[in-house]
Amino acid sequence: MNLDLGDADRAFRSEVREWLRANVFHLPSVDTAEGFAAHREWERKLAAQRLSAVAWPVRYGGRDTSLLQWLIFEEEYYAAGAPVRVNQNGLFLLAPTLFAHGTDEQRDRVLPPIATAEQVWAQAWSEPGAGSDLAAIRSTARPVEGGFVLNGQKTWSSRAAFADRGFGLFRTGEHRHRGLTYLMFDLRAPGVTVRPIAQLNGETGFAEIFLDDVFVSSSDVIGGVGEGWRVAMSTASHERGLSLRSPGRFLASARRLVELWRSVGSPQPARDEVAEAWIGARAYHLHTLGTVTRLASGELLGVESSLAKVFWSELDAGLHECAMRLLGERAELRGEWSSGYLFSLAGPVYAGTNEIQKNVIAERLLGLPR
Amino acid sequence: MRFTPSPQQRQFASSLHDLLGTSALDAARAWGRGDPAPGLALWRKLAGLGLFELALEDGGEGGPADLVVAFEELGRHAMPGPLIETAVAPLLLGEAPPGIVSIAAPLALDADIADLVLVIDGEFVHSAQPGALCESIDPARRLFEVVPTQRLRPASTQAYDLAALLCAAQLLGAGRALLELTVEHAKQRIQFGRPIGSFQAVKHRLAEVLIGLEFARPLLHAAAITLAPQDISAAKVRCGDAAQAAARAALQIHGAIAYTREYRASLWLAKTTALASAWGTRAHHIDRVLAAL
Repeated sequence: MNLDLGDADRAFRSEVREWLRANVFHLPSVDTAEGFAAHREWERKLAAQRLSAVAWPVRYGGRDTSLLQWLIFEEEYYAAGAPVRVNQNGLFLLAPTLFAHGTDEQRDRVLPPIATAEQVWAQAWSEPGAGSDLAAIRSTARPVEGGFVLNGQKTWSSRAAFADRGFGLFRTGEHRHRGLTYLMFDLRAPGVTVRPIAQLNGETGFAEIFLDDVFVSSSDVIGGVGEGWRVAMSTASHERGLSLRSPGRFLASARRLVELWRSVGSPQPARDEVAEAWIGARAYHLHTLGTVTRLASGELLGVESSLAKVFWSELDAGLHECAMRLLGERAELRGEWSSGYLFSLAGPVYAGTNEIQKNVIAERLLGLPR
Repeated sequence: MRFTPSPQQRQFASSLHDLLGTSALDAARAWGRGDPAPGLALWRKLAGLGLFELALEDGGEGGPADLVVAFEELGRHAMPGPLIETAVAPLLLGEAPPGIVSIAAPLALDADIADLVLVIDGEFVHSAQPGALCESIDPARRLFEVVPTQRLRPASTQAYDLAALLCAAQLLGAGRALLELTVEHAKQRIQFGRPIGSFQAVKHRLAEVLIGLEFARPLLHAAAITLAPQDISAAKVRCGDAAQAAARAALQIHGAIAYTREYRASLWLAKTTALASAWGTRAHHIDRVLAAL
């Protein structure tokens, strides 16, 4: 075992750090029309440096780096206080899906505009009657000449208010799992209605998507008709366990928490909680280095990603709760910590609730009966 | 960067697992009754593997990293005896230990059967004689007061740090054993016509225990590489927390059977409670983490 970085890794870290130091500035909230446009522009700048998707192959706009270098990028990105990734659904959910299950034609067509944020993607999985029970999806894709016609309703779709395209699961047959198909569609196509929903923080981070006879081409099916469940589950592991919330984010938050704690003065409260948050962020970072080592040696990320999802979401909520306690009477004021706190409360819900993850852990890792 | 145990380390852990089998559990029981013979027989086999000389190797890929992998197995099998003390003794003595070594911290574990008893007064290492026996809640931990006899050498803080690290590894192993035992119980035990492991309340509790253990291990392995005091302390805090969570879940999910001496869970329940505050309390290690931030 060793934690040593090679010369190339260190040089990469310096380059990223220097560039971010010179280029990061504060943007308006991504969940406003103005902020969305500003974030899209920021992604264009990142892409021009081939920094928006460093681990992707060069032909799609990346640098073909190792996963370790992607982690280094993420550490530097969040340490620099750089903006949220407006296209995270495209970068961290759709792209891994296309790498694993897409065709060359789909990758050539879809990935480069994700890297540059020319096309920003929204995820269309949840429905009013299908949350944790995702396979209860009722929105349909009916085969027609040259493609499918979509009907139904999707909800809690992050970024959909301002995004360009969506991807999600649709029912093409009656079988609970084998009747689902993974499709990409245009959010501006005829028959699509997007209704923004204000989130707990007051901003329109969510939207409902109503689909009324929306045509999609056969070339927008990922992984084949009836393969949607298998395709979705394989990339959900990647999302939960690695790509959606890399350790860099929590290392940066833990450092800010320590600064806040120091600024509170003496006697310092919440000693244990501050230390636990720092230890937790380091634990997640180190655990991820183990995951990256295994992936580099050809192993696949499977159900153990559920461990990571529960861990990082609870870590984030605990870390922000601690910050709120340290802020005392001023905690309720709108600001970085209070908005981060509200957002941290969503972590145990999105990307598969922690209750569902614990079922997965108990049944598939511990072998407990269903 | 390669942050997983090497094939050799996995092989080492697996051979310790085979060697200790269930005989370590029997040895732990006998040890608690004042009969160290079965434990000493296993001890000689462990010594034969070079376990107590590993601390003399350099850090990085070997030495401490091999030791934490081994001590997780020792904790998992509830192996009795002054294992930590003998393993860190080379750092105090500058050479391989002359048999079994006990170290007062402040009480000396199994000092009555040790070939050498050491006590550290801050600056110097002294040899010592065992005094009165003090009862631990872990019957397999026989603790003694000590009387210093002779000044030996200048002390080193490295020995304390390595002891805390190995204690963390033992705790992690004990937690793992408790989880394994409890998962097996939850699969077998039928109530309301179903295995209790099919109930979500039980599943979620055990899933939380696994998460605690799986995210404590990377801290342990990293601390074995860096040997930085704050990393060792972080590992001690998290391995202790994870093991104690495993202990509480084990007792709760087993029910009354786990509240008996007779059932084997008691070996780890007692050990976990004892080790959680051995080689530095949680508060002490939290202080060391905060001091480095």
